Amino acid sequence: MKLELKGITKRFGTFTANDAIDLVVESGTVHALLGENGAGKSTLMNVLFGLYDADEGEILLDDEPTGFTGPGDAMAAGIGMVHQHFMLVPPFTVAENVMLGHEQVKGPAKLLDLAAARAKVKEISDRFKFDVDPDAVIEDLPVGAQQRVEIIKALSRDAKVLILDEPTAVLTPQETDELLAIVKDLRDAGTAVVLITHKLREVQAVADTITVIRRGKVVGTAEPTASQEELASLMVGRDVSMTVDKTPAEPGDVMLAVEDLSVIDEDGIARLKHVSFDVHAGEILAIAGVQGNGQTELAEALLGVVPTTSGTATLDGELLTGKSIKETLHSGMGFVPEDRTEDGLVATFTIANNLILDLHDVAPYAKGMALQPRVIAEEAEEHVKQFDVRTTSIEQTAGSLSGGNQQKVVLAREMSRPLKLLIASQPTRGLDVGSIEFVHKRIIAERDNGAAVIIVSAELDEVLALADRIAVMYHGEIVGIVPPDTDRDTLGLMMAGAHEEAAA
Amino acid sequence: MSAEAVKQDDAPAEGSRDWRALLREIAESSALVVVMAVVASMVIGGLLIIFADPDVSDAAGYFFARPMDTFTAAWDAVSSAYTAMFRGSVWNYSADTFAQQFKPLTETLTMATPLIFAGLGLGIGFRAGLFNIGAQGQIIMGAMLGGWVGFAWHLPVGLHLLVAVVASALGGAIWGFIPGILKAKTGAHEVIVTIMLNYVAANLLAFALSQDAFQRPDSDNLQSPIVDTTAQYPLILGSSYRLHLGFLLAIAAAIGVWWLMERSTWGFRFRAVGANPRAARTAGMNVSFGIIAVMTIAGALAGLAGSAQILGTEKSLTTGIAGSFGFDAITVALLGRSRPMGTVFAGILFGAFKASGPTLQVAAGLPVDIVLILQSLIVLFIAAPPLVRFLFRLPTPTNEKVVAA
Repeated sequence: MKLELKGITKRFGTFTANDAIDLVVESGTVHALLGENGAGKSTLMNVLFGLYDADEGEILLDDEPTGFTGPGDAMAAGIGMVHQHFMLVPPFTVAENVMLGHEQVKGPAKLLDLAAARAKVKEISDRFKFDVDPDAVIEDLPVGAQQRVEIIKALSRDAKVLILDEPTAVLTPQETDELLAIVKDLRDAGTAVVLITHKLREVQAVADTITVIRRGKVVGTAEPTASQEELASLMVGRDVSMTVDKTPAEPGDVMLAVEDLSVIDEDGIARLKHVSFDVHAGEILAIAGVQGNGQTELAEALLGVVPTTSGTATLDGELLTGKSIKETLHSGMGFVPEDRTEDGLVATFTIANNLILDLHDVAPYAKGMALQPRVIAEEAEEHVKQFDVRTTSIEQTAGSLSGGNQQKVVLAREMSRPLKLLIASQPTRGLDVGSIEFVHKRIIAERDNGAAVIIVSAELDEVLALADRIAVMYHGEIVGIVPPDTDRDTLGLMMAGAHEEAAA
Repeated sequence: MSAEAVKQDDAPAEGSRDWRALLREIAESSALVVVMAVVASMVIGGLLIIFADPDVSDAAGYFFARPMDTFTAAWDAVSSAYTAMFRGSVWNYSADTFAQQFKPLTETLTMATPLIFAGLGLGIGFRAGLFNIGAQGQIIMGAMLGGWVGFAWHLPVGLHLLVAVVASALGGAIWGFIPGILKAKTGAHEVIVTIMLNYVAANLLAFALSQDAFQRPDSDNLQSPIVDTTAQYPLILGSSYRLHLGFLLAIAAAIGVWWLMERSTWGFRFRAVGANPRAARTAGMNVSFGIIAVMTIAGALAGLAGSAQILGTEKSLTTGIAGSFGFDAITVALLGRSRPMGTVFAGILFGAFKASGPTLQVAAGLPVDIVLILQSLIVLFIAAPPLVRFLFRLPTPTNEKVVAA
């Protein structure tokens, strides 16, 4: 089957998310759609899948125009999509999830034909060596297996075109390799695969054709043999350096000492189990691991957002545990939260006000109870300039900024205090390459100023680029702390729970 | 932020964020939408008046013989209703003396006073993300405590009023503090708690009025002694009008609330907690304290609304002391977009509605319920800005558009 998009244009208000995009996907090939976050890849696929109506352009299947009005039409026509966020019902079994939406019934009582669904799951699972048990409950499965269930779901509906939207964002390196192998098998079996991603390595590994999208437009196609630098510059529109310039660390004394720290959440589940480590002044410790293995809890426990159940954290000789968040921030911690829109910014506040969220009640921003609007504005102008926040006015709301500029506002605020420790969680998630460079530079500058830095990142590339030491977390524990030149395979195994000796 | 991310993030994940999103939507609806909501409800109210009018239905009986009669009757019904409302609330041009002509406006402002006080308090709560439904109970408690100081204590001129006003504020503050601390410490939802406290306050008042401490000595009715003249708000336009000092106090309170919310560190915190409690907490703000402070201040302002009733217009406690001011104030705060200026104007508009009721009934022969329907329709329209924008073909505000990455 041949799928063709012709001149697809999709606008949201005045913003054009897709601008006259042409794309041809042939069966038996892997077509990579490469672009930065916000380039319009997901929008395009949502148009294709019938979730959005295109303002202009048409979709052709085997040269026949289609008129999808919803995902049902798209699925019936043989298009399957695996969303970035899985569309599975957690308490249902694999078979139940697979049959969901087009349930088969049997007998006069119209009972659900679970046996048929189970057989189908088994058949597809065996064919592609998915190793998925039809009777397993979704919430008990690891993320990688859940993703395979999504693929089975699509294949069970005879998908000839399979769209994978950022499929590796939630996977360990090993799971990623498994997925890429599956993609190749599917291709060999004749399926057309559209792989949406911003990760160059994956594109190089499996793609037959590469289409690069920037700001809603197709800016070019590339051969899978193209180098990472070539692909990156196509994606960003200028030359980018794929490495981070930094001098070797000159670690000083221990700045942060964490001893036996544990967190048990409201449901009684241990999220952080007796974690101990040190971070020195002038050193970046990167915390690697698959999302959801306690990294978030560790960062939040250090700030004091989540209560700890045992252990201590000491910053420059001062006990952090037991302090209020405010006291912790004022004692020299900078905190860049993982989710800047949820935890880092008040979207409806102006940039100026977001820059003083933490310091709004101290001089010079306040005198007694009275805010000092003039000082606040002057300082905001200064910070916006220093951190290169692209905005027309400091009175714009933070919510109107792009992700990169929002992150710069958060960094500007957190770095405006003298810092002993900077904790940055997923500091570059969702940012374009240009902003990533900027954020990395600032973080290294903070290290070179003598602060201890903790980076929590799910991107192995980022960890390897920034870290002076790498701590790998798995199931709430630190399985090992290794030097920055550790190879990916070892790190990958550690991220899956193997201890460093076993992994090496 | 990317277009697709915006799409996903907009969906509220949990119940409490639904409330917050609703409050935010209302607080940020444009002034134009608010005005148009009033216009739209006047139009629909007009239709109801036409249907309710006996002359119109008579004329409609022979519509095909003389259609103009129906239209004339309809026009007469609507215009007499709305002019009656105007005469009852703004300027009675058919009265004989200037004093009588002017009286409706002062009545409007008198009625507006408790609405402004309570509306200001609720507005602070709304902007801090707290849906306080408890103004009614807070008004009652304010009136009880202020009234008791007014009739049971006997203090010198000046001091007596001051102490009674402070007592009213205190009564309301206590009734705001309770749901505040319950929310902050136990997570109890303020909507439930404040509604229940309304019942508690209403029945506490009824109970108190049956006790010797509150019962008027020479009466069998559920009413208290009259508050001392030393504890009453002075009338600011002389004895022919009921307008009292409480109105000026309400205006002063509006200015104070503006400063608190826009210019003080406390207001900054309240707004941050309301707009994004997680970010406020991550930035080191004490969210629990914010919730308690907001609820207490809101309660104190509602308590002052109680003082306007007991020390201004009613002068003695009855079970109906709070009328429906506590609930109307919710509408006032929403209509005023939770901003002090807006609340003052909305309070005056609703004061006008209240003041016009009797004239509407007497002069136009329409039930007072029409006014209530108008009030309700206004809220309905404000709660659904897209509907108003659709009706009047207004453009979608820019903040709803997706911003490019």
